[in-house]
Amino acid sequence: MSFAFSTIRELRKQLLAKEVHPTELIESLLDQISSVDPKVKAYIHLHPERALEAAKKADISLPLGGVPIAVKDLISVRGEPCTCASRILEGYIAPYDATVIERLRSAGAILLGRTNMDEFAMGSSTENSAWGMTHNPWDLSRVPGGSSGGSAAAVAAHEAIAALGSDTGGSIRQPAAFCGCVGLKPTYGRVSRYGLTAFASSLDQIGPLTKTVADAALLLESIAGADPRDNTCDPEPAPSFSAKLGEEIRGMTLGIPKEYFVSGIDPEVEAATKQAISHLEGLGATLREISLPHTAYSVASYYLVATAEASANLARFDGMRYGRRAKDCDDLLETYGRTREEGFGREVKRRILLGTYALSCGYYDAYYLRAQKVRMRIRQDFLAAFRHCQAIVTPTSPTPAFRLGERAEDPLQMYLADIFTIAVNLAGLCAISLPCGFTQSGLPIGLQIIGPMRQEETILQVGHAYEQSTDWHTLRPSLS
Amino acid sequence: MTYEAVIGLEVHVQLKTETKLFCGCRNEFGAEPNSHLCPVCLGLPGALPVPNEEAVIQTILTGLMLGSTIPPRAKFDRKNYFYPDMPKNYQISQYDQPLCLGGGVTLPVLSFPKDAQKEAQALANKKVRLVRIHLEEDVGKSFHLESCSGIDFNRAGTPLMEIVTEADLTTPEEAFALLTTLREILRYGKVSDVDMEKGQLRCDVNISVRLAGTEAFGTKREIKNLNSISAVRRSLKHEIQSQIELVSSGGAVVQQTLRWDDARGETIPMRTKEQAHDYRYFPDPDLLPIYTEGRLREEAARRVPELPEEKKSRLAETYGLSEYQASVLASGPPLADYFEQAARSSRNPVAVANLTLNDYLALRQDSPEPVSVPPEYLGELADLVSDGRLNSRQGREVLAILIQTPRPPKEIARERGLAQISDTQALEAFCREAISASPKSVADYKAGKAAAINALKGFVMKKTRGQANPQRIHELLELLLREP
Ligand SMILES: [Zn+2]
Repeated sequence: MSFAFSTIRELRKQLLAKEVHPTELIESLLDQISSVDPKVKAYIHLHPERALEAAKKADISLPLGGVPIAVKDLISVRGEPCTCASRILEGYIAPYDATVIERLRSAGAILLGRTNMDEFAMGSSTENSAWGMTHNPWDLSRVPGGSSGGSAAAVAAHEAIAALGSDTGGSIRQPAAFCGCVGLKPTYGRVSRYGLTAFASSLDQIGPLTKTVADAALLLESIAGADPRDNTCDPEPAPSFSAKLGEEIRGMTLGIPKEYFVSGIDPEVEAATKQAISHLEGLGATLREISLPHTAYSVASYYLVATAEASANLARFDGMRYGRRAKDCDDLLETYGRTREEGFGREVKRRILLGTYALSCGYYDAYYLRAQKVRMRIRQDFLAAFRHCQAIVTPTSPTPAFRLGERAEDPLQMYLADIFTIAVNLAGLCAISLPCGFTQSGLPIGLQIIGPMRQEETILQVGHAYEQSTDWHTLRPSLS
Repeated sequence: MTYEAVIGLEVHVQLKTETKLFCGCRNEFGAEPNSHLCPVCLGLPGALPVPNEEAVIQTILTGLMLGSTIPPRAKFDRKNYFYPDMPKNYQISQYDQPLCLGGGVTLPVLSFPKDAQKEAQALANKKVRLVRIHLEEDVGKSFHLESCSGIDFNRAGTPLMEIVTEADLTTPEEAFALLTTLREILRYGKVSDVDMEKGQLRCDVNISVRLAGTEAFGTKREIKNLNSISAVRRSLKHEIQSQIELVSSGGAVVQQTLRWDDARGETIPMRTKEQAHDYRYFPDPDLLPIYTEGRLREEAARRVPELPEEKKSRLAETYGLSEYQASVLASGPPLADYFEQAARSSRNPVAVANLTLNDYLALRQDSPEPVSVPPEYLGELADLVSDGRLNSRQGREVLAILIQTPRPPKEIARERGLAQISDTQALEAFCREAISASPKSVADYKAGKAAAINALKGFVMKKTRGQANPQRIHELLELLLREP
């Protein structure tokens, strides 16, 4: 039988009981990958030999001992490419491990391969990859979401037991919703960003994509916690994120923001979300309507802050020290210009230009500074709301997965795919997306549970309670 | 019509820290190219900066030494521009919330160039105000090889402090004095060696000219990247001259950035592309704001040393030294400390100062190896001389031996048979012998040729192998020659 369809927790039991050897596990996954990845295209690099080698030596006694994990292609792994799905990093081999990779290694996890993404995490569909698009396992003609689309698709198609992604404006949660798996964006500062190629430094967080809420808690436990190499990392030690799993949610108040149920939301998504909310009420939670009045400005604020930071973060890719350099240039300026022209994709260029403009002399106050002020308001909205509830429940995305190519020429429509997830990053909160139903045509729908800063245990508790009383997470894509 | 110059300086100083500003690589000059590198200072994807607290403390310390205000909150910003020796294509610097604000530097006479110390500008005791002091990362160094260019990133990410003055300076000599004074203070605070050869002090200067007595500023030009104090003086002299010539002949100064060619002694305009920059500063999201109150400030305050000017007046007052002696002794804390230790073990600090400045420094400079004499021996030696037990020539002789092999000076004098004969009876016998042996000199002296006494003195010195106390011989001879 194949072990590919198991969760981390199931596998850990089996590994400890010696019912399976890590090598068999890797082989199962490699079989699954070779049968479905030609259709899904979730991975961009695979290291079967290295994974099998590591499996032989795996220490099962460790928390993730023997468990293979897939990693989004923008996290640094010593000795491996880290292309960020960009041509400009062609040929670059990372000489160091990101903090999360060090932690995965010391937790006993096995690194199996690197997953596809939107170039430099800029996108919501994984169509902006220099290495080709990833397909949604539930409908191969649709996008898996993005930017961590490869990680979400790999988990959904059971080509990975679990994966790491990164979330700047919804890049873990939205693809998790599109692919019908669980995706958690931790509180800003909860997980070290050291080794995560920066898109927007004040918004980026690494987080898990898994098959169940309990697995997300387990994976987060292994990667979270203080790191002296990241100045913005929370110095508090990470708690046990699994501690509240299984505790009932009776008596808990859940906030339902009225601004998140407005026109433009897909009726099937709206219906499924509302049903999920009633289900939570049925589990004993009290519902309370709340208001997040600055929601409408979050996309505008986000696209100024994120692009401004990106314009500086991506300046280092100039072909001088590593990566791809344009050939036959006459002088320095031409080398810079052509290297970046040839190396970056359209969306990345669009955002660099937008960010450069927002920071330019004479525009800084009107754009960047104003966006930061809006960001403060958004943060205050949430602080006020959390005085009346312990968590906030919303749809993850206004629509289910859209068709490949459908929004490629319409960046604004693409940006609106993140409308429900962006505010969480702007406010530095934590949030989880988990499956809460399917459309008539069989596309997954995601439910987002947002928690206050450092309250991952709470959203995991709510998510777990929902998941354990429903069976959406047990369904598998047919991949035909 | 007379014109005056208006000059402001931006002084970049490399800090003396063990490691770079944002990573653990060593901050060391002269290492094998590209040997002090890591993902952070090479700007690899995913690497993050973490501030070096020592550099922050040294910057605050500099601010405290220069009378700046230390705001409670400072932050780092990104300064964006593309340059091959800058790995991230932005420099982490401080824009609108630097570590230090304001402050000032008073220019002492002796900080002016020697040839200008008697001028009014040097005697004015002028105070130059500072705008700010901030901390930033340095960039790498480009080398142009035969067929290609190379970059050494060892310097990339090392801590650089920028001290910005108000446009309070009016002459090249004042600029020279400011830099000399700053250099002394920075060395006192142990924040930098300020070694020009190693590029530890680099300076940008802004210059404009206007009619003397008017208020409005003229259009300024900037000379970038001057790497010695004397080059600052020379380039300013040249630039002021050329601006005055331009303006007085009816021309107008155009805002420009220049480079100084020291060999040719002229300024050269930089290409316009290198001049027009919109740096798009914004707060670095990788770095938390720095809160200076509490530990950082306290540590900096604890390290504030006695400053050069304070030390000079204290030395002059405590030990009764001349202003010149005090200044030279206070030119560096090690010398001043040495002097004070020696002075404490002596009864005559002025004699210690003389011995130190006239003999010890010269002997030490001539020695090929670094040498030192224990300060208590120097104090003892000064006493032997000032008590008249050794004359000054003998003192020098003992010192020369002392530098080779440190031993108590009395011991050396005894072994060498060096002792000044001051005993009146013994000396009187020699003097009488001299008088009876040189009747001609005696006759000359009595005839009114006072200088004839020198021949008699020479006779005594010869007889005593130079050990007689010359002062006493003189007195004795005068007395004996007056005898009827
Ligand atoms: Zn380094």
